[in-house]
Amino acid sequence: MLSFLARRLGGLAATLLATALVVFLVLEILPGDPAAVVLGLGATPENLAALRADFGLDRPAPERFLRWIGGLLTGDLGTSYTYRVPVADLILERMAVTLPLAVAAILCAAGIGIPLGLYAAANANRAGDVGVMLFAQVGLAVPNFWFGILLVLAFSVGLGWMPSGGFPGWENGVPAAARALVLPTLALALPQAAILARVTRSATLEALQEDWVRTARAKGLTARQTLTRHVLRNALVPVVTILGLQFSFLVAGAIVIENVFSLPGLGRLVFQAIGQHDIIVVKDLVVVFAAMVVTVNVAVDIAYGLVDPRLRRR
Amino acid sequence: MRGHGVRNGLGLLPLLALGAASVGAVLPASAQDKGQATLCQTLEPPVLDPTAGAAQAIREVTYANIFEGLVGIDRAGKIVPRLAESWAISPDNLTYTFKLRPGVSFHDGSPMTSADVKYSLERAVAPDSKNAQKWIFTPIASVETPDASTVKVTLKQVTANFLYGLGWGDAIIVSEKSAANNATAPVGTGPYRLDRWTRGDRLSLVAADGWWGGKPAIPRVTFRFINDPQAQLAAIQSGDCDALTNFGAAEALETLKADKRLTVSIGKTEGETIVAMNNGKKPLDDIRVRRALAHAIDRNQVNVGATNGTGTPIGSHFSPAQPGYVDLTGRYPYDPAKAKALLAEAGVSGLTLSLKVPPPAYARRSSEIVAAMLGEVGIKVSIENIEFPQWLDRVFKNKDYDLTIISHTEPLDINIYNRPDYYFQYRSPAFAEIMAKIDATTDDAARIKLYGDAQRQLAEDSVNVFLFVLPKITVAKTGLKGMWTDWPIPATPLTDLSWQ
Repeated sequence: MLSFLARRLGGLAATLLATALVVFLVLEILPGDPAAVVLGLGATPENLAALRADFGLDRPAPERFLRWIGGLLTGDLGTSYTYRVPVADLILERMAVTLPLAVAAILCAAGIGIPLGLYAAANANRAGDVGVMLFAQVGLAVPNFWFGILLVLAFSVGLGWMPSGGFPGWENGVPAAARALVLPTLALALPQAAILARVTRSATLEALQEDWVRTARAKGLTARQTLTRHVLRNALVPVVTILGLQFSFLVAGAIVIENVFSLPGLGRLVFQAIGQHDIIVVKDLVVVFAAMVVTVNVAVDIAYGLVDPRLRRR
Repeated sequence: MRGHGVRNGLGLLPLLALGAASVGAVLPASAQDKGQATLCQTLEPPVLDPTAGAAQAIREVTYANIFEGLVGIDRAGKIVPRLAESWAISPDNLTYTFKLRPGVSFHDGSPMTSADVKYSLERAVAPDSKNAQKWIFTPIASVETPDASTVKVTLKQVTANFLYGLGWGDAIIVSEKSAANNATAPVGTGPYRLDRWTRGDRLSLVAADGWWGGKPAIPRVTFRFINDPQAQLAAIQSGDCDALTNFGAAEALETLKADKRLTVSIGKTEGETIVAMNNGKKPLDDIRVRRALAHAIDRNQVNVGATNGTGTPIGSHFSPAQPGYVDLTGRYPYDPAKAKALLAEAGVSGLTLSLKVPPPAYARRSSEIVAAMLGEVGIKVSIENIEFPQWLDRVFKNKDYDLTIISHTEPLDINIYNRPDYYFQYRSPAFAEIMAKIDATTDDAARIKLYGDAQRQLAEDSVNVFLFVLPKITVAKTGLKGMWTDWPIPATPLTDLSWQ
């Protein structure tokens, strides 16, 4: 297990360095000058040059790359060109929205999707199964921003129970902040729950076909005991894979939902940073996203090991 | 120019909103807290220092609220006293003597004196200045301070619009002590000071103690930043916003107008939306080709398609909100046959032009219609949607384009046609002569007449295809009074607001 972890962590560091290099090179090639975006159409060549010097953009590219990487290693992510505040502070502020949202959504999705999938598998091809699969079909077909808009129309505009968007901040009290996250969580979670329900169902059904299930049954275990003790553990491997993929997607890809609910999360930050050519923020965020995805993948691998001891040796 | 929001352009959604609105309309309005207001707008200011960036949102939040200049621009576009109580202009029009308002202090308690004015102006004109509107200050030859309440500004040459420029957000008066930190911790002289800023979401201002103009009617105001038009619609319908400026989904306006809890106003801005043409590139360097394009595009249809008809069609680069406006929309009437004839006369056939389009919805929507209309007269248009930084780099800086669609939102910016290296690549001695006369003419009536000549010259040369002036759409709760209808300058002065 230890050498497994060491290999995984080494891979993580290499992946991050490669990502950093690629994103730096891509942003070097991309046309656009952050100083021009800040100063707009009235800018003179002199004040553009002055601002570029302020941003350190007048330095040669290799020097800028090394400075950036050096900064990352010491936790200094630089200063945002648009906001003029440390990027680390910005990312932490946004993390306080995106992370709770993603965790709540994944818990909500797992809490709905996995039991539904098990229920459907246990009642395969009966009315309950058909009902669950119908829900899953709808959940997969309808994109999450659409759910988001429907939820806003129903619960904010129509009933007035929930805020239509925005985020008051945790410092204004947990209830108010949590309330702002309820609808976005649901909008994010429902399509994921649908996917999880389908995967859980088919993985469970597949496991039920195995010889060892027959053996277990022959030993005298009840259907319920077989399902929870043997089948579930095996069926969880593909489910954990999907959960891992979903988590990376939720953290990095909640852009749309953050836009629908105008939440100040990481997704909106990266969107906005690209629009304003705030390349330092874009670079840092890509590395942060990459770190998150890679970390979750490692966590998923460890979870495989926990679920199925045979996989630890791979 | 900087009114570029990011939107997802989900055209179907307003239909859904119509359904929800009928539900919303029956709900009782909750009791209004008159001590505060929530104003929603599309874009968030990146920083709070108008001298540090060109973004329009900086001025929307800070102008006349946190920061003030020597003079201000009121809702009618008139120059009004602000930190300067009065001013006198020498007979040769070169020396401006400002008498400062007594008893003005910065939010940190230090008094505002002529030294601060001198510092602010000299900082803006300095070689390493990062002021986005440096042209306002370049005419300044010297700034003197005979006493603490008097400032004497001497110009290098007569500049008729000098005072007008001082009314812009870029010409605010700052203190040397705090100037460096104004981007994130603004210290101004205005009626409000920054309370809290949750970046990406909201910013709140509270009334500052001891403002020279007294206590504002609404002591606490929160700006919320919502860039998605559907989210804006939901926010105003659910009552989360007390007012919404620059509403993005013009097609939902009828629904909002029908809602008794809300009032809708449609005003004019200084945002001239144009199909800019590269006058320096073949075949657009041929006036016949440029005129052909002007005849081929029906600006009324573009206006309906892009703004739901809320914009105001124009025929030259001037806003109808300005006193010198001349209606030239009849100069090139929509006439595809004439356009084809002009193209044939110029010997142009099988023409393909690139149309590079920045992200704002008005530009993206206009581009489809413009391309279709040009297709009708045999010009093939390849639309290329690009991000704003790329637009600045490729179109604005490197002039690597044939056509583009953009709104120029700076007030009274017709002088951009007098910059030979500007991206239109328009060079006209006749136009330059008119602009020089305007600068040297201090008599208002004579200058206004000259502005008419300038507009006619641009229309005659068919420099660009002039489409419409962007509307300023404001939706507010019926009880909230005082929101600006027109936008002679991007601003939301909070002292004008009150609850009824």
